[in-house]
Amino acid sequence: MTQPLVDIQNLMVEARTDSGRKVEIIKGVSFTVEKGEIVALIGESGSGKTTIALTMMGYTRPGCRISGGKVTLGGRDLVTMSEKQRQALRGTDVAYVPQSAAAAFNPAQRLIDQVIEVAGIHKLMPKAEARAKAISLFRALALPAPETIGERYPHQVSGGQLQRLAAAMALIGDPQLLIFDEPTTALDVTTQIEVLRAFKDVMRKGGMAGIYVSHDLAVVAQIADRIIVLKGGEIQEEGTTQEILHNARHPYTRELLSAFEPAVFQPHEPKDTKSVVRRPVLEVSNIYAGYGPLGGDGLPAKVVLSDVSCKLYKGQNLGVIGESGSGKSTLARVVAGLLPPARGTVEFNGRELDTEAARRSKEDLRRMQIVFQLADTALNPARSIADILGRPLTFYHGQKGAAREARIKELLDMVHLPSAIRHRMPGELSGGQKQRVNFARALAANPDVILCDEITSALDTVVAAAIIDLLKELQSSLNLSYVFISHDLSTVQSICDQVMVMQNGRTVELLANSQLPEGANHHYSQLLFASVPKLDTGWLDSLPAGFAATGN
Amino acid sequence: MPGKIPLLVLSRLGVTLITLLIVSFVVFAATLLLPGDVVEILLGQAATPEAVAGLREAMHLDSPALVRYGQWLLGLLHGDFGVSYANSMPVADMIGGRLMNTLRLAAVTTLLAVPLALFLGITAAMYRGSIYDRAVTMIIVSVISVPEFLIATLAVLIFAVWLRWLPALSLANEIQSFGQLLKVFAMPVITLTCVIAAQMVRMTRAAVIDALQMPFVEMALLKGASKTRMVLRHALPNAIGPIANAIALSLSYLLGGVIIVETIFNYPGIAKLMVDAVATRDLPLIQSCAMIFCFGFLLLITLADIIAILANPRLRT
Amino acid sequence: MSLKPMSRSLSLPRFGLRMSATGILASLVILFWAGVAIVGPRFAPYAPGDIVDFDFYGPISDQLWLGSDYLGRDIFSRIILGARYTVGISFASVCMACFTGVAAGMSAAAIGGWFDTILSRILDALNSIPSKLFGLVMVAAIGSSIPVLIVLLAVIYTPGSYRFARALAVNCNTMDFVTVARARGEKTPYLILHEILPNIIGPVLADLGMRFVFIVLLLSGLSFLGLGVQPPDADWGSLVKENIGGLSFAAPAVIAPCIAIASLTISVNLLIDNLPIKIRDRAS
Repeated sequence: MTQPLVDIQNLMVEARTDSGRKVEIIKGVSFTVEKGEIVALIGESGSGKTTIALTMMGYTRPGCRISGGKVTLGGRDLVTMSEKQRQALRGTDVAYVPQSAAAAFNPAQRLIDQVIEVAGIHKLMPKAEARAKAISLFRALALPAPETIGERYPHQVSGGQLQRLAAAMALIGDPQLLIFDEPTTALDVTTQIEVLRAFKDVMRKGGMAGIYVSHDLAVVAQIADRIIVLKGGEIQEEGTTQEILHNARHPYTRELLSAFEPAVFQPHEPKDTKSVVRRPVLEVSNIYAGYGPLGGDGLPAKVVLSDVSCKLYKGQNLGVIGESGSGKSTLARVVAGLLPPARGTVEFNGRELDTEAARRSKEDLRRMQIVFQLADTALNPARSIADILGRPLTFYHGQKGAAREARIKELLDMVHLPSAIRHRMPGELSGGQKQRVNFARALAANPDVILCDEITSALDTVVAAAIIDLLKELQSSLNLSYVFISHDLSTVQSICDQVMVMQNGRTVELLANSQLPEGANHHYSQLLFASVPKLDTGWLDSLPAGFAATGN
Repeated sequence: MPGKIPLLVLSRLGVTLITLLIVSFVVFAATLLLPGDVVEILLGQAATPEAVAGLREAMHLDSPALVRYGQWLLGLLHGDFGVSYANSMPVADMIGGRLMNTLRLAAVTTLLAVPLALFLGITAAMYRGSIYDRAVTMIIVSVISVPEFLIATLAVLIFAVWLRWLPALSLANEIQSFGQLLKVFAMPVITLTCVIAAQMVRMTRAAVIDALQMPFVEMALLKGASKTRMVLRHALPNAIGPIANAIALSLSYLLGGVIIVETIFNYPGIAKLMVDAVATRDLPLIQSCAMIFCFGFLLLITLADIIAILANPRLRT
Repeated sequence: MSLKPMSRSLSLPRFGLRMSATGILASLVILFWAGVAIVGPRFAPYAPGDIVDFDFYGPISDQLWLGSDYLGRDIFSRIILGARYTVGISFASVCMACFTGVAAGMSAAAIGGWFDTILSRILDALNSIPSKLFGLVMVAAIGSSIPVLIVLLAVIYTPGSYRFARALAVNCNTMDFVTVARARGEKTPYLILHEILPNIIGPVLADLGMRFVFIVLLLSGLSFLGLGVQPPDADWGSLVKENIGGLSFAAPAVIAPCIAIASLTISVNLLIDNLPIKIRDRAS
């Protein structure tokens, strides 16, 4: 019997909280990794997947420590060895590709110097040889201009390129084990494909073992041999990729998988069928907007939106989909009056609204509410939930005392939160609970339209799905219309009647829900939709070579 | 991008110029606050109506304040610091040699304090939380919490009263040998070094700790880098801006410190001159000294900001 | 120009207030001096102006707990009265400085635009005049009395307080919850008082403590130069100046007021470094 490359036995990691309490964050995890095998650690935030991956380098983040168990790499226990011995292993036997390469590169040094630093630290090879090796790695990772890209500084290359450069930095020491920590999570889907493909290629050719940490089963399905499902610092299920995808036994795994089931969409029939001409509740026409001083042509220095128009009908939902930098969030800010556009108009119920929120009437403001992506920053951390929900009640409806209290309870009930939560502070709530409060605050105004800016993006998949269900439920009972902004096709598909695809501040095309995703006509929409990873191990390999090259 | 650095530096210099203008106005405004008539104060017993009118004429006191401000500013630019109220000597003559004495004191202190503070600040940050770090931090907090005169008093108590190594007073005019120089300088320099090094250690330590928490330092650790390498190669180059700022700001404490130290040790520098001038309310002398100090301070801060601009890798090409 | 630590999360645990032993000790010392400043003079053994010892720079004895000064007055009684001047003047000044500075800083952040630019430019310029120098120039021009000292010290430290509060408020102002309030149609006073202030009050109080120390130091420094509190009144700085002649033989008359100053200022600084976790998390 050959010895496994990595053998983790009953690993426990302890963390110290701000108040000095000790908490077990990894509660007795055991698994092995064979030579040349790629194992994925799957889990949501707080599952301990990154913590476990880092213990394989003999490292825990400040405030954490390994409190029990063994982590052996090639037969040597990383827990008991000295820090000097661990230093000798890092970069040579085991290497790390971080989630955010943008943060992991030193902004003050040229890329090449950082990529070959491992060779210098461990005296692996002469500098010239290391440079040559780095350049061949750049080529293998399909980086543009492999000869010269290393001479640049980190801020001069794109996110997808940095992520591949980080992989080159990890590969330079020829490690036996490579740890990928959510390496594509921060990337747009079209970029993700190129990076994933490059990773898969070098891993296949190098024959080294890998740990792939991710929250995304579809991504992992493309690259891993085996999947370990984690929750709350414990292993829920372990199996080959095929077993997990097609034959999951643990309910939690099935819950994760169910998020990939095709969205069920119920079209919203317009309620005012009696009127002959359907009029949009919200109409945005020919918006130009951006940041910086206005130039001679009346446009700002940095134009974010160019000639964007869209309509939202009563009781229906409009989806806005696009990658980072497409201007979708800016559109929401323009509509809400937070960023006055340089040109163009926003009409509400057939009336043109002032470009600035401060000059709109209270009634107009009340009828259109905005909900932001990050509930952490959208809820004032210094005020109780009751204060947060009560303010719009007082502000718009003049409610006070018992009536206000009753309405707060009612609102919490609508978003399925216990009424006792109103005495708590936002910091004491979970991410999903916070987002529900965030949404309840918008409901407090009794609006007609709610602008939802990426409201499920920061949430774990299972929690996000519950929020979408809530949105659907409230829509039918309160006759709401949503503008739903997202980068995620499946969420938009599950709730929106119309979907506007945006790229670089322009409208690419407008699609009806029934056209999604195959009915897209424009090249970019097709690319965007086809780039969403599928829960199928052969999906990445089935894409034609050169796919996504234009997405960059 | 290549044109960006000179532009940033120029705009930074512009800010300094505006600041200097505002500062000069505030310093000038002090004359307007002087209760009673300057001329009557100056003439004292001899304030006959004719004499008062004559002197007012001579001092342009009847012109509007803004005009006098302009004249005063122009004078400063030409090196004309005005005439002392107290003894009718040109202020420039009174300042001359004394400025050199103060600069000498400042230079020696800087040479001593900067390396010491950088060493303590960086090592304390590297071994954060250790007994060494806690000891350094405790001493630093104590030193910056107490007035400069207290440090000076303590230094006299230790070195002059108990150990009897050094004289309590400095008289820079009597320097004959290197040994004397050392003795004259020792006490003021020890006091000043303590005061400004403490500030500098505190800010340097904070800047390095900030830099050490950057993800790229953790990445260096995961590449197998030693602690020294993490600090020297990764954290420090990214902390140059904040450290330059820390040094400049601390050196500005030199100004506050020098006022006390020159008084307590009777050191014939410009700050002592200024404190004596406050007693006689000799405004032209005080204003000139104040402008020299403010100019020095702004020079340091501007220099630090320019270093920070030049050290910012994002502006490099 | 000052060092701004990286902004951390604004959220904080509501419970779990913990304080280290150092912090508790520091608070006790501060409370002690506050008590002395308020009621102390009633319990002073001698009137501060009375000459009670025929000797000067007398040693510690049963009658004179901290010895006598250069005229033979009781140092213990004089320190008790001095606490009223040092603590009282500094406290009044720091309250004025921080109230003005924080109000202006939050307004500048919330209003923005030209208002912010001009106010910041002027106050930054004032901030670049070294505090002692500012003090000397103004004392030379206006003279020194207790009301003048209070206002002068407040004026000197307002720009720093403004700068600190503005930086915090600007951070806070970019948070989504302020944007949500703006989109709701809230006016500037509401934004300042209900959205921004509750989130910066912790660090602002810590800053008030720091500034209190600066003011005590400056006041003592001015008095030491003979330009602060004028005789016959004496704060702790004046006591050191009066009795500096006793330094060469380490008289308690000069050492005791030094210890009084140091104990107060070091305690305040230690308290800030060891604040209960609730405030500390945000002060950082």
